[in-house]
Amino acid sequence: MLGRTASSLFWMARYMERAENIARLAQVGHRISITPDSTGGYREDWKSTLASAGCLDGFEARGGKLAAADAQKYLVFDRDHASSIRRCLEAARNNGRAVRTALTREMWEALNSTWNEFAAIDPTGVGAGGMADLLDWVRQHSAQFRGAMLGSLLRDDGFHFCQLGTFIERADNTARILDVKFNVLLPVNEALSGERNQHQLDTMLRSVSAVGAYRYFYRDRLRPRQVAEFLILRPEMPRSLRFCCDFVAPSLATLAARTGGGAESHALGEALAAAMRGATLDAILRDGLREFLADFLTRNGAIAAAIAADYYFD
Amino acid sequence: MLKKQAYSTGNDTVCFDEMLRADFSARDCYRTLFDWLNRQTAAGIRVKQAEADAIFRRLGITFAVYGAAEANERLIPFDLIPRVVSAAEWRFLERGIEQRVRALNAFLHDIYHRQEIVRAGLVPSEMVNGNSAFLPQMMGFDPPRGVYSHIIGTDIVRTEEHGFFVLEDNLRTPSGVSYMLENRETMMHLFPELFAAHRVAPVERYPELLRQTLESVAPSGCDGEPSIAVLTPGIYNSAYFEHAFLADQMGVELVQGSDLVVEDGALWMRTIRGRARVDVLYRRIDDAFIDPLNFRPDSMLGVPGLFDLYRAGRVTLVNAPGTGIADDKAVYAYVPDIVEFYTGEKPILKNVTTWRCSIAEERAHVLTHLDELVVKEVHGSGGYGMLIGPHSTRQQRIDFAERIRANPGNYIAQPTLALSTCPAFAGGGVGPRHVDLRPFVLVGDRVRVVPGGLTRVALKKGSLVVNSSQGGGTKDTWVLED
Repeated sequence: MLGRTASSLFWMARYMERAENIARLAQVGHRISITPDSTGGYREDWKSTLASAGCLDGFEARGGKLAAADAQKYLVFDRDHASSIRRCLEAARNNGRAVRTALTREMWEALNSTWNEFAAIDPTGVGAGGMADLLDWVRQHSAQFRGAMLGSLLRDDGFHFCQLGTFIERADNTARILDVKFNVLLPVNEALSGERNQHQLDTMLRSVSAVGAYRYFYRDRLRPRQVAEFLILRPEMPRSLRFCCDFVAPSLATLAARTGGGAESHALGEALAAAMRGATLDAILRDGLREFLADFLTRNGAIAAAIAADYYFD
Repeated sequence: MLKKQAYSTGNDTVCFDEMLRADFSARDCYRTLFDWLNRQTAAGIRVKQAEADAIFRRLGITFAVYGAAEANERLIPFDLIPRVVSAAEWRFLERGIEQRVRALNAFLHDIYHRQEIVRAGLVPSEMVNGNSAFLPQMMGFDPPRGVYSHIIGTDIVRTEEHGFFVLEDNLRTPSGVSYMLENRETMMHLFPELFAAHRVAPVERYPELLRQTLESVAPSGCDGEPSIAVLTPGIYNSAYFEHAFLADQMGVELVQGSDLVVEDGALWMRTIRGRARVDVLYRRIDDAFIDPLNFRPDSMLGVPGLFDLYRAGRVTLVNAPGTGIADDKAVYAYVPDIVEFYTGEKPILKNVTTWRCSIAEERAHVLTHLDELVVKEVHGSGGYGMLIGPHSTRQQRIDFAERIRANPGNYIAQPTLALSTCPAFAGGGVGPRHVDLRPFVLVGDRVRVVPGGLTRVALKKGSLVVNSSQGGGTKDTWVLED
């Protein structure tokens, strides 16, 4: 497989995953903005939504108002914002188009029809109700693409690059959501059971589609400690940091074995996965949650860089 | 749904309709299709048309139009009504095409060696050696099996029952074969019963035949199974879909210039395992761009040193550089002589009468008959830069005359051909529309012509321009078996 092909598969999967994550964040933001009891109004919450999506600075630099319609359209349609859903779907599709021969027909059709349909939407014609439908639609199409990939792609090198793109992006996304609201998870808040705190925890779980899963798993109300454990350490939770690492490391091991190369990325991936397996919440909280998350983001990014170097992405 | 009054081109000129005789009865090979058409309703066809468009859009079978920034991916309109070619007609075409491509490859070999045909006085030296499509760097080089143009799309037009003419030879990097294949898939999907009612020769072996052809011209030093790659300019090229499609169908890598490197006397592609050897490169970029060290130094699409490697016999380029000299529009007029010179046979397929503006008497004829002729630029393609006399304004003719006088060698003229028509679904009903035909030919260890081709159709009523960039569409082409 060409290094460029591997790169395109990796980024195709990353952008598709990112589009889905941004859709989820925008949905949560929308939900907050119409929830009447949110103290302090919606302004603050859009701010954290944009921060979770990693684009608060870009949005403010553009002079955008922190109102629902404005922020949401920025996340969804903005052509100048590199991580808007529009740009993600376009980038995913262009990466896929560049390596069509490495995709199955099902994957390509999912990718191509998603972009074609999205590109045909006129943003000015999308009202609040339409926006909710649209965001659902984005998540469905991302799921359809992933389904096509899992169901039809040969389990060889290309598959592993897609997996790496997906899980490195997902880990990055979950870590950022945690980072923006890390204070909600601190032990000092454990005793607080105020409505606002519950609301914040609820928002955080919704951002990763995990409210139902949490309740099923813990059979308990939302508690900061359990939410933190769920999103960071639980191997059962498909968007937790631990879960992502559990998928990244084996793909790196397989690629290293198949190609006889990839030593650097393999070592980094293995080390981070091992660190996550050995981590305890007590230790994380003792040494500082914020520091832990910053370190995780750095190491996750280093793995991505090592993959690009090991497999001749450019 | 066929109405005698409505079945007309809208022109006064009488032209040959491939389906219907003058008395509105169907020709033999069209009988089944004609009966079927009569049973269809316009509404039913519209539903199928929408279905076909959705299939093409979903598959991403689009082409880029230069200069159209926003809508830079368009569908080529697909006409649902297949064109039918009888077995006897096809046998004739096949023989004629094979004769022609063998002769043109012999011509290429000759002009890049001893130039016997020039010595014999049949083709002027200036026409060859002074031609911008002639590549002196190819002199004295022997490509594997002596083949220069391996992949050819011969453009054929028809004007009467037995009147087939070659309009262009397309020996460089002809495109369109993916449409032939996808059109067929779509038709089999949309109209299985109509398909089953005919004995249609299959085209789906093309990718396999292409692969065999490419393998057969591997460099002599290549042992084991040759490694093949398709070189594309990238996703913004108008034919990118086709490049990807062919690589996929053959099961070979699709590469860009940046994926390739010349090192240690071989061509390599950069893979996730380090470098991997390439023996045969089916390149879909023009000669001028393949190697910045030997040709255009500003080319970002090619590979530095590729041409030297080719000349050293370490990699095969398909098609060979320099084949453009044999499909040059000025050389075209000599092709009947070329066929006779190298094969010793009369040409089976005719040329369209061509006046060369470089020759004084012929130019004089052109200038006095501009309102009847089609004038083409020698190096133009895609239907750009041409004058269609009968459809031109007085001012356009004055402008063109000026251009011809200023640079006569750049123009040729041909009579306005009354291209044959086939039934097409357009304007809410079925009407005759002008068509041409591009069969695809492969030349390697032997000549392979796939029974079928790309039929291009001018969907605008009365229009003679079939190019997709000018509102043309495509149809499936059904070659019947006996």
